[in-house]
Amino acid sequence: MAAPTTQLELPPAMIEVATAASDWVLILPVVLALMGAALLLMLRNGRGWQAGFALLTVVAIIGCEVELLRRTMELGPQTMTMGKWLPPFGISFTADVMSAGFALASALVAFVALLYAQADIAEREIKYGFYSLVLLLLAGVTGAFLTGDLFNLYVWFEVMLIASFGLMIMGGRKVQLDAALKYGFINFLATTFFLVALGYLYGLLGTLNMADIIRVAPDAPVGPMTAIAALLLLAFGTKAAAFPANAWLPASYHAPDAVVSALFGGLLTKVGAYALLRALVGLMPASRDIMDPVITGLAVATLIMAPLGALSQTNLRRAIGFMLIGGIGAVLAGLAMPSLRGIAGASIYAFSSILTIAALYFVAGLIERMTGEEDSRLMGGVYTASSPLSILFLILVFAMAGLPPFLGFWPKVLLIEAGLGDGSIILVIAIVLNSFLTTVAGSRLWAHIFWRAGREGEHSEQPNDRIKPLSRADKWWAMAPTALLVAVIVWFGLMPNPVIEAGRTAAADLLHTERYVASTGIEVQP
Amino acid sequence: MEFALAALVGMFFATAVYLLLSKSVIRMLLGVGILGNAVNLLIFTAGRLTREVPPIVPEGGVQLVEPFANPLPQALILTAIVIGFALFTFLLVLGYRAYQELDADNTDTMRIAEPEHAPRPPLSY
Repeated sequence: MAAPTTQLELPPAMIEVATAASDWVLILPVVLALMGAALLLMLRNGRGWQAGFALLTVVAIIGCEVELLRRTMELGPQTMTMGKWLPPFGISFTADVMSAGFALASALVAFVALLYAQADIAEREIKYGFYSLVLLLLAGVTGAFLTGDLFNLYVWFEVMLIASFGLMIMGGRKVQLDAALKYGFINFLATTFFLVALGYLYGLLGTLNMADIIRVAPDAPVGPMTAIAALLLLAFGTKAAAFPANAWLPASYHAPDAVVSALFGGLLTKVGAYALLRALVGLMPASRDIMDPVITGLAVATLIMAPLGALSQTNLRRAIGFMLIGGIGAVLAGLAMPSLRGIAGASIYAFSSILTIAALYFVAGLIERMTGEEDSRLMGGVYTASSPLSILFLILVFAMAGLPPFLGFWPKVLLIEAGLGDGSIILVIAIVLNSFLTTVAGSRLWAHIFWRAGREGEHSEQPNDRIKPLSRADKWWAMAPTALLVAVIVWFGLMPNPVIEAGRTAAADLLHTERYVASTGIEVQP
Repeated sequence: MEFALAALVGMFFATAVYLLLSKSVIRMLLGVGILGNAVNLLIFTAGRLTREVPPIVPEGGVQLVEPFANPLPQALILTAIVIGFALFTFLLVLGYRAYQELDADNTDTMRIAEPEHAPRPPLSY
């Protein structure tokens, strides 16, 4: 049979040149994490070097993301499209400053978590694939940050979800099974709502590429678009643990090992927050404006209820879980004030919260290991055993509450400025009240754990004799990396200019999407 | 046809919500299974129901001949089915294991992670 001799004419929707080598930096973080996870799973019996290989992989990922962040800062949003089809047909990865910054912060947290795991993870958990699951989780999170396609976002959510299930039940204690069951059901439900919204969105617009949605969304009928936006708010709000759908978080995040809690607290809810900002501000701003009163209400409720929950807790890691929800309230507040300052504040707060919450869980894990307790009433007197730990804890509480001179302060300043400029006084009051209540809850925990001599009740005056000092390995593998993370938070608190500038660029790209759309090559009719 | 499918999707959703609201893990699992199918049907219906030829380029041609069926919703559903199936399987095993370990099928009695009579917040310093 003779081969067809007619030269095929490539339709104009195809990319005819090879992808520039430098563009691969967009997809490499995800590829590296997935390949690393697969390789570690295949070689799971070589326990000696699992940690080393995982660390190397994460260092390579961090390298890629630093380069990506530099490129997005200098050249604007970057797009890589796979499979030779131009968007909206081909699947693209699109990164702007916000996604690259979040991805970088997540990789940094994963790096510290891998070091911390040397002191925190039992031998048999390594055999069950701890390091592969961490890399898979990182792949899901990074993919969710960098993707430029809503259906892809759904897939990355699921990658992240299944990896987090594995990490959640690793160890198989009863409390973990109980927590994982609730966590599993509610997260499955949230992703299903997301999928429902995607089905409607595809039926309505005929596209799921983010840049293409930006192009066609203004012409879509208002009613259905608002319904879709509301579904997305519900789905991502549940993922991010915003007010009415937040009960699952404090019920589950304290169950696994401390290092897993830290990964979850740092990474997972922030993906929900990122998706909220991207979908409601970037993709469908008109629908967001209609839902503004609802978002404001949710933000105020989250900001105030969460630290009250933290005040009512005696379990240390559950209390931190409530503080984490309060941080999501700040992101929602930015969502409710879509001005440049508001969005910049929200994205910087989410960035700082990735680092701060993870570090807070790391410190909590160390405290639990020293005292052998989870209940803050029984912890007292840790100060005598490790005073540096008390400083780390206090810094993190202040950073979480937004007190100067730590990283959490600047986004709150931006948010309050935005609120005053907007005239949304109620949000300003809620943010200030949230800072106050978080400070009260956190410093009370500090007073109980570090300042008080012994256990609550009759022994509170006697020194707590059940405290074990940290071992050498704990200090080197767990406390030193945590201190490094805290040092980053303090450094950015003292020198906030690069962060604020990046936040402003991110907010500008989210509010004025021309550069984002242009990077994918889709033409917008004026 | 779209009407019938839309009604079916609605029924699936109602059943799934009813089952998910019950306290028994087995019923919730059934609800999850039905919910997954409801969403897949919804995407299928939202992608328009047409009786067209498959999107295959005819021999000798360089592009599709209109009208052709839209393959994208089916690709979306295929992905969603695979993912939903994996998650459902995991939840099934998790539910069974929780039943073995906690000896409970009723979520009301699973209160280890979130104790029912939580201790009062510390009142004294």
